[in-house]
Amino acid sequence: MLSDPHIGFVIAAYAVAAAVIAAMIGSVMFDYRRLSAHLAEATRALEAARGGRSKDPPR
Amino acid sequence: MPNLANPTVFVDVTRRASPWLATATAALFVAGLTLSFLAPPDYQQGETAKIMYLHVPAAWMSTFVYGVMALAALGTLVWRHPLADAAQKAAAPLGAGFTFICLATGSLWGKPMWGTYWVWDARLTSVLVLFLLYLGLIALWRSIDDPGRAARAAAILTLVGCVNLPIIKFSVDWWNTLHQPASVFRLGGPTIAPSLLWPLIVMSLAFTFLFLTLHVMSIRNEILRRRIARVTTLAAAEGDRLAPDFAAKGA
Repeated sequence: MLSDPHIGFVIAAYAVAAAVIAAMIGSVMFDYRRLSAHLAEATRALEAARGGRSKDPPR
Repeated sequence: MPNLANPTVFVDVTRRASPWLATATAALFVAGLTLSFLAPPDYQQGETAKIMYLHVPAAWMSTFVYGVMALAALGTLVWRHPLADAAQKAAAPLGAGFTFICLATGSLWGKPMWGTYWVWDARLTSVLVLFLLYLGLIALWRSIDDPGRAARAAAILTLVGCVNLPIIKFSVDWWNTLHQPASVFRLGGPTIAPSLLWPLIVMSLAFTFLFLTLHVMSIRNEILRRRIARVTTLAAAEGDRLAPDFAAKGA
């Protein structure tokens, strides 16, 4: 197989596909981790705001 | 049967299903790549035919994903399904990725076989147009702030772009192209030898499962993005309600 004169093109094709698939998987997983952390932070901010309201009810 | 139209139920179901889908995808890739490397070389193309095991599934997925997006666009415009626009938005980067793999691997096959990386052939050009459509849709979602307007605009553009799908499929029959005609999905049956066809089928299944896995995970991400926007708006509204009290205290 490695003696094929065009093996470089085969290796390059598999390398490109692997890189694109890895980027697709990585971006989806990275996005999930980032969004989960952001949601937890936003929920804490909302709870803090609601907590502040319960302590100081509007007159 | 869980109500998958409910975003909370969808997130819960995908959290449980994702590991199984990912495992099935990995197993199919291991089987597909093993069969691909064990397959005999083509009598004319030699080992270069192994590029086909990436190029053909990626080409099928590039049009399949667009079909999924067109269905989701109908879901947005006609049935107003609550997850349709999320499904459409989540599919676009994946479709772009598969189309890029198709174009890049086709180009790397073309150089040794045709003597050139690229020709302005009807099949190649229509697939390039599909890639540009995916990029245009991603840009459209990013350029409109209002999610409802962005979803409707993207749905209309997606449906208009559907005209490209039959052009891609039949370009090799309608025009004299350098790209070879269909050799698997044709009326007389596949023209590929079974020893080369089976790895292709398994790799196609692997690509399909990869899309399914990443698509449900991307839809879940989109739901999380919307929750963040809602929670942030609520927190800001609570803050605004408190502001007069703090101002009164300060005074």
